[in-house]
Amino acid sequence: MAVAGVSVDAVRLDTFPRLLRQHAQLRGGRPATREKDLGIWQTWSWAEVFTEARALASALAQMGFKRGDNLAIIGDNRPRLYWSFAAAQMLGGVPVPLYQDAVAAEMAFVLQDAEIRFAIVEDQEQVDKMLEIKDQCPALKHIFYDDPRGLTHYGQSELASLDAVMDQGRAEDRLHPAAIDAEIDRGGADEVAVMLYTSGTTGKPKGVCQTHASFISAAKSGCEFDKLGPDDSILSYLPMAWVGDHLFSYAQAIVAGFTINCPESGDTVLTDMREIGPTYYFAPPRVFENVLTTVQIRMEDAGAVKRWLFDYFSGVARRVGAEILDGKGGVSIKDRLLYALGDILIYGPLRNVLGLSRVRVAYTAGAAIGPDLFRFYRSIGVNLKQLYGSTETCAAVCLQPDGEIKFDSVGKPIPGVEVMIAASGEVMVRGGCLLKEYYKRPDSTAEAIDGEGYFHTGDAGFFDEHGHLKIIDRAKDVGKLAGGALFAPNFIENKLKFFSFIKEAVAFGDARERVCAFINIDMGAVGNWAERRNIAYSGYTDLAQKAEVYELIRDCLEKANADLAQDPMLADSQVHRFLVLHKELDPDDDELTRTRKVRRRFVAEKYAVLIDALYSDQPSQYIETLVKFEDGRSGMVAADLRIMSATRYPATKRAA
Amino acid sequence: MSKKSGEVILSFDNISLSFGGVKALTSIGFDVREHEIRAIIGPNGAGKSSMLNVINGVYHPQQGEIVFRGQKRRGMNTYESAKSGIARTFQNIALFKGMSVLDNIMTGRNLKMRSNFLLDAIYWGPAQREEIAHRKAVEEIIDFLEIQHIRKTPVGRLPYGLQKRVELGRALAAEPSILLLDEPMAGMNVEEKQDMCRFILDVNDQLGTTIVLIEHDMGVVMDISDRVVVLDYGKKIADGTPDEVRSNQNVIDAYLGVAH
Repeated sequence: MAVAGVSVDAVRLDTFPRLLRQHAQLRGGRPATREKDLGIWQTWSWAEVFTEARALASALAQMGFKRGDNLAIIGDNRPRLYWSFAAAQMLGGVPVPLYQDAVAAEMAFVLQDAEIRFAIVEDQEQVDKMLEIKDQCPALKHIFYDDPRGLTHYGQSELASLDAVMDQGRAEDRLHPAAIDAEIDRGGADEVAVMLYTSGTTGKPKGVCQTHASFISAAKSGCEFDKLGPDDSILSYLPMAWVGDHLFSYAQAIVAGFTINCPESGDTVLTDMREIGPTYYFAPPRVFENVLTTVQIRMEDAGAVKRWLFDYFSGVARRVGAEILDGKGGVSIKDRLLYALGDILIYGPLRNVLGLSRVRVAYTAGAAIGPDLFRFYRSIGVNLKQLYGSTETCAAVCLQPDGEIKFDSVGKPIPGVEVMIAASGEVMVRGGCLLKEYYKRPDSTAEAIDGEGYFHTGDAGFFDEHGHLKIIDRAKDVGKLAGGALFAPNFIENKLKFFSFIKEAVAFGDARERVCAFINIDMGAVGNWAERRNIAYSGYTDLAQKAEVYELIRDCLEKANADLAQDPMLADSQVHRFLVLHKELDPDDDELTRTRKVRRRFVAEKYAVLIDALYSDQPSQYIETLVKFEDGRSGMVAADLRIMSATRYPATKRAA
Repeated sequence: MSKKSGEVILSFDNISLSFGGVKALTSIGFDVREHEIRAIIGPNGAGKSSMLNVINGVYHPQQGEIVFRGQKRRGMNTYESAKSGIARTFQNIALFKGMSVLDNIMTGRNLKMRSNFLLDAIYWGPAQREEIAHRKAVEEIIDFLEIQHIRKTPVGRLPYGLQKRVELGRALAAEPSILLLDEPMAGMNVEEKQDMCRFILDVNDQLGTTIVLIEHDMGVVMDISDRVVVLDYGKKIADGTPDEVRSNQNVIDAYLGVAH
């Protein structure tokens, strides 16, 4: 048991490099990291990972990387980039992962703010970005790249290939093996282990400094909670700059000693997932949703017999699947037999196709998950649960215990974490997993952590009768309609996004008479729907403005309205008028954050003319919008957007 | 860019090709240097594809001389040209639609396969070792062209842009010293074109392959080529660096449609 192993010498095993060294000694031959390369899974053992990380650390030290220095890490989930975290930490430095899909200008801010001298990047794409902003970041002196492709003729003196750097480091480490060990022994648990930049829905990103102690405590609680050990394995495919990936693929992997698996490329995740069969899985709701949409699209194209089987057994699973998974009583023998048959015919093969056959625990977080979506996965026997946390709390505040799963709550506070609801309704957290500070921002730190040590999450929520935390919305987003009723935009938007046809929604209504909304359709789902109805379209903008699509979206909105009408607090939040946007909201246009949350204020300003049209009686509105392409060039999209009304329902009690 | 171009490895002198009364090419002469990207451009029907077909031996010119690596020849057959290191892709994709991407690229290794039929059948000894070596070569190409996610997908189910990429992969599998690309970017959207440009430049850069390409997108041609030859009605009207060609009056006339 790794968890037991950790507590053997708790005094000395309080930093990640020391834990890593422990694994190399105790279970040196066990797999630590896997990566699919040239079609074959390559494995590195804990001993090898430790040696590689040391080599990198030696090289960094030789080039002048010092205690307290920050190391930028940019790229997809690659083994050597994960090892770079350990290498920086060995030297008492701080790894700073950046979102790999950010454009150069966004990276410049972080590189300046964190005074980056050393950067380890994945490939030519990232090297180009670094070179582009080099002049704005004079401190940047060393750029090491993992994949040399396309870089042979780059002559810049800052550049070096990671291969060469590590060879040099290996030689140095062999010559003076005690040097790195001494550095590892110097490290302290209360030193900053990693700096993760917040996505910044408001203002510039802030660097969240987390210590070894806080991430280890968060990881330990999670591992104990779900009994994770060295035999588990996880697919690491989410951005390394995201706190969730850092917790699961780095902190927990090192604490529990389980194996991380890096996919071949971003496009092969589904195949790689099936090959690896992870036992532990983490994905934001959007991924679960995409997978389910794919399944549904493929089922609609399947033969009649298969479709009938799928529909029939989906019905059985919906009725009793979740209860059987939770081990609850009250399920008839007949239903149990039917479910067992369904498991052989449908659920088992489906889990296998999705790579979920061996999953013991699956988590989702980051956004609200639709009840239907959540129930679907649980009903086919996947133990999907929710958690609540943020970058500032190491993504570990609340978890759902097995057998106590509810789709609308995020579970109970994990051991060692105190959660309190402020008078304003804001959720406040205290415990070992809190951030040390915001980097160079004492003002923000003081604002976020009060005198009693509570961190203000900025989320509005409450505890239900079972002691489960329920999150309603971002506290600052919760507003009031002109009539005085509560207006929680996220809540409404999430309700809309639960429809597979709606990808993104933005609700407006604060200090206004009524609620109106922007809609982004889901290109995959609506496109397939249109094809089957022989509706021709040329692209997103064209499809979005089809009369049939508007009808389709209106049906969705009316269902949501009927649902809202049942809650007396939210009955006034029914959507009156809506339009389907002519372009998809995109992080490249600053409309979404890199974690795909809507930048509400920015969108409201950018599309002010559309909002005015929504609140007038106009049937349509013309708009031209500048869009940025992936390569940084830009173009115009213009469209005449229709505006449509949706039926509202009188407020009723749920009993109706 | 000029630093990388080496010796002339392929040259044409006074090439003429006609089909019955139709003169496809008239007295064409130009050369290709090692490691360069050489573009052939021209309006529709100018004879670009015919020129490519002359290079790899599909057509044999009635007149003229081809010198390839110092050897004079009027025309070689396609097998010889493939064997001597010339690979190509086609204007209309010519892949095996029912076979997977992997298998399609593997067919490009055909000329490199040595072991005999009997050993292959029992997959033993040298045959097994050879298979593994070929598979590795193919996997490296798959990695290079970033098509891992469609490795096992039948080619017929792929969108056009990806099929083009697979075709490039198959040509690369022969480890050619000269790669002939017939409109590699036709029918692609901006993003696919950018990807393809990057792959062509990477092939040229990393593998040192000499590239002769036909392309209609002037932006692309001017961007990535070292030298450009311009054909019009089967005649050469200009030859030089992109800048020289751009300002050539004949070229401007041919493209803007001055009366001939």
